[in-house]
Amino acid sequence: MFSLTVNGEKREIEAAADTPLLWVLRDTLGITSVKYTCGVGECGMCTVLMNGTAQRSCVITLEESAGSSITTIEGLPDEHPIKQAWIEHQVPQCGYCQPGIMLQAVDFLTRVPNPTETQINQAMDDVICRCGSHARMKVALKDAVNTLNQKQGG
Amino acid sequence: MKTDMTRRSFLKKTSLVIAATAVGESTEFANLSHARQENSPHFKPHAFVEIAPDATITIWVGQTNLGQGTHTGLAMVITDELDGAWDKVEVKMALAAEPFKDPLWHAQVTGGSSSFRNRWDLIRSAGAAARQMLCEAAASTWKISPALCTTKESRVLNPNGESLGYGELVSLAAKLPVPEKPSLKKGEQYTIIGTSRPRFDIPDKVQGKAVYGMDFSLPNMCVAMIARAPRYGATLESYDADAAGKINGVIKVMPLGNRIAVCAENTYAALQGREALRTQWSVGSHPELNTAWIEAQLTKNLDVPGVEAKNSGDAARAISEADQGLSQTYQLPYLSHAQVEPLNCTAHVERGRCRIWIPTQGQTHTQKTAVHLTGLPEEKVEVMTLPAGGGFGLRGEQDEVIDAVLLSKALHRPVKVVCSREDEFIHGCFRPANHSRVEAGLNKQGQIIGWKHKVSAPSVMSRLMPHAVKNGLDPDAVNGLVDMVYTLDNHAVEYVMAKLPVPVGWWRSVGYSTNTFVVESFMDELAQAAGKDPVAFRLEHMEKAGRAAGVLTLLANKTGWGQPVPQGRARGVAVAHCFESFAAHMAEVSVDKQGKVTVHKVVCALDCGTAIFPDAIRIQAEAGVIMALSTAFHEKMHFDQGGVATSNYSDYPLLSMSEVPEIEVHIAHNYLKAGGVGEPVFPSVAPAVANAIFSATGVRLRELPFRREQLVKS
Repeated sequence: MFSLTVNGEKREIEAAADTPLLWVLRDTLGITSVKYTCGVGECGMCTVLMNGTAQRSCVITLEESAGSSITTIEGLPDEHPIKQAWIEHQVPQCGYCQPGIMLQAVDFLTRVPNPTETQINQAMDDVICRCGSHARMKVALKDAVNTLNQKQGG
Repeated sequence: MKTDMTRRSFLKKTSLVIAATAVGESTEFANLSHARQENSPHFKPHAFVEIAPDATITIWVGQTNLGQGTHTGLAMVITDELDGAWDKVEVKMALAAEPFKDPLWHAQVTGGSSSFRNRWDLIRSAGAAARQMLCEAAASTWKISPALCTTKESRVLNPNGESLGYGELVSLAAKLPVPEKPSLKKGEQYTIIGTSRPRFDIPDKVQGKAVYGMDFSLPNMCVAMIARAPRYGATLESYDADAAGKINGVIKVMPLGNRIAVCAENTYAALQGREALRTQWSVGSHPELNTAWIEAQLTKNLDVPGVEAKNSGDAARAISEADQGLSQTYQLPYLSHAQVEPLNCTAHVERGRCRIWIPTQGQTHTQKTAVHLTGLPEEKVEVMTLPAGGGFGLRGEQDEVIDAVLLSKALHRPVKVVCSREDEFIHGCFRPANHSRVEAGLNKQGQIIGWKHKVSAPSVMSRLMPHAVKNGLDPDAVNGLVDMVYTLDNHAVEYVMAKLPVPVGWWRSVGYSTNTFVVESFMDELAQAAGKDPVAFRLEHMEKAGRAAGVLTLLANKTGWGQPVPQGRARGVAVAHCFESFAAHMAEVSVDKQGKVTVHKVVCALDCGTAIFPDAIRIQAEAGVIMALSTAFHEKMHFDQGGVATSNYSDYPLLSMSEVPEIEVHIAHNYLKAGGVGEPVFPSVAPAVANAIFSATGVRLRELPFRREQLVKS
């Protein structure tokens, strides 16, 4: 039995220790916003925040994540500046990759609150969006930076 | 002619849907119309529009949500003609049904950028017919002529200043006949078409609430993964069913001909179970097959006589008499769709009924597959389309439908068949590789007097639409060659069908996506040989006042073509016409001494007729640039030892964030018939970049993806 806090709620999980966190979230807890695609940590669709840090949940086991606090896209408030910017700029196309990308963006902006263009590119270079929403993502991300900074300033 | 045809089918289908409203029972796993219930107070004159007594307007769509904005766009067109209040509109995906079939193709399909262009009259008539009926209902209440009524924001108004809301008129309107030829608005009268609305599907996608096929589940459902041959023509030799059966959660291991299904309580167990099978396969039919072998076959084909696809004038003679001749070969590799949501299908076969939930681009095909496998009549096979995590042409394939139906039938429970990313690379139906040789002659004035084109490529249609292949000619393989934007007196096109075991399928902008690279690169070479400006040279060979010339001129004007470019940068252009739209691209690049290309900017000019939903068009155009740059710089399927060698995204890199240039989109303004968008914005990107690289370096890249070593300065 392993224990996880998922979106603020404590969950007891009965599964093999080496089960990837991705499948614990999807199969056991039914949180399907955490997407399955490559299964080997290459694409970023399954990204969650683990104690606030972006992690690709397909390459981390239940045992490794035990005791941690996991945030999926549902765990971010609806009004979170990243979510609002993504809606405002109509970022998603198919949208399958976006929950993971948004969570990676949240982690990035927590660490680098005033990123340069180059820093944004580097931080988001390893995500895959086949539809090609990159241009919109960049605009939305910059917009979210402004909102987050205004909030802090005010 | 086309107008009449779509109007007729609109009416024909209207009656069919009324007949269909009596069948089917309510289920929480499909969107079913209230109007299906007996004595429903809802007004549903036909399949596309439903108005509730509270004035809610439901737009029923049959097109797949692949993220292209079509659901919102369809609602915009219908609501505009309806004069509905936009804030009362909702969009629902309908079960697959006759009315949602493409009026020209007679199948429900989302592909070929056809959602609007093939339904332009149909969807406008759908809104206009409902509007007319509401007017007539109000007029009968007021005892005036309907001609005196006007409509606005879901209200019918009369000359006395009185008005009735659509919701108040539903029961009266529902009793009226559906008009045969409702009058349609003129472009200038549109209030919603041509504006940008927030897409209906975006909030759920952002909040993580969208349920894609991969996420769908039913009570008592099991998940199956399929072990398939890893090499072409390989047969199953052995597998360890016991080992798979020992995996916690595995329910059953079931051979299905030359493949084995592992059915489990959940996806992870199915994945583990399939791995535990340790399946052994024979060498297969083509042990010699690898990337180099394939390329050699395709090149060899260029020396074999092909079948004639076009032969106007006498190209050979014109070239022999030319003042200057030029001949070049080009090559493009097989490409994967690489869409992010793996293929999947959920089926539940019960006595007398089969239900399917699938993110498909081909509902009719899916329905037919299930009819064939279950023996049920078509109306007993319900296909519910789920949002798709990308498609790009792949999601009409039927393998997962077949397996889900067979397994559900055998196991007597719902089954979801899912693929992994590795499955998709290994068993993909790729964009055809393409090797081409082009030869042309210029006269003294630097004008093209003859053009001979030979293309060697595998045939998509031989597998998917064999009846369309006549005398060995696949019309898809010569897209963009026989109908290129240039008018030439002496023009010959030949096709050599490459017979290789690698399956090929529809892929964004199909034949145009490969052939345009060849045509537009070669046009640039000819412009260079003629000593002319690439834009002027192209215009010289086009119909003068045509839309291709118009869109190229728009591009030239918007980019200040011919004016100095920033230091160290160079520009290239390309233009294409497909799916009833016209697009042109300008790329601005720089190339460093190590051969690294930076694409600084890409500008797209697009004439897609009536620009229904400009923001969605812009996003598609941005996306077209990004996907096309990805193919230009990175994408190539690799083969070895008789099968696919590409395994996951690390072997098939896509364009990354730092490689995405500034993108600018200019949309021509007119009220012509709506053309396609998703595909027309793709083909002219890669050649524009190749042409810009030539302009920057003097090196002509005739192969995709670009090989950087060709650009290294020694």
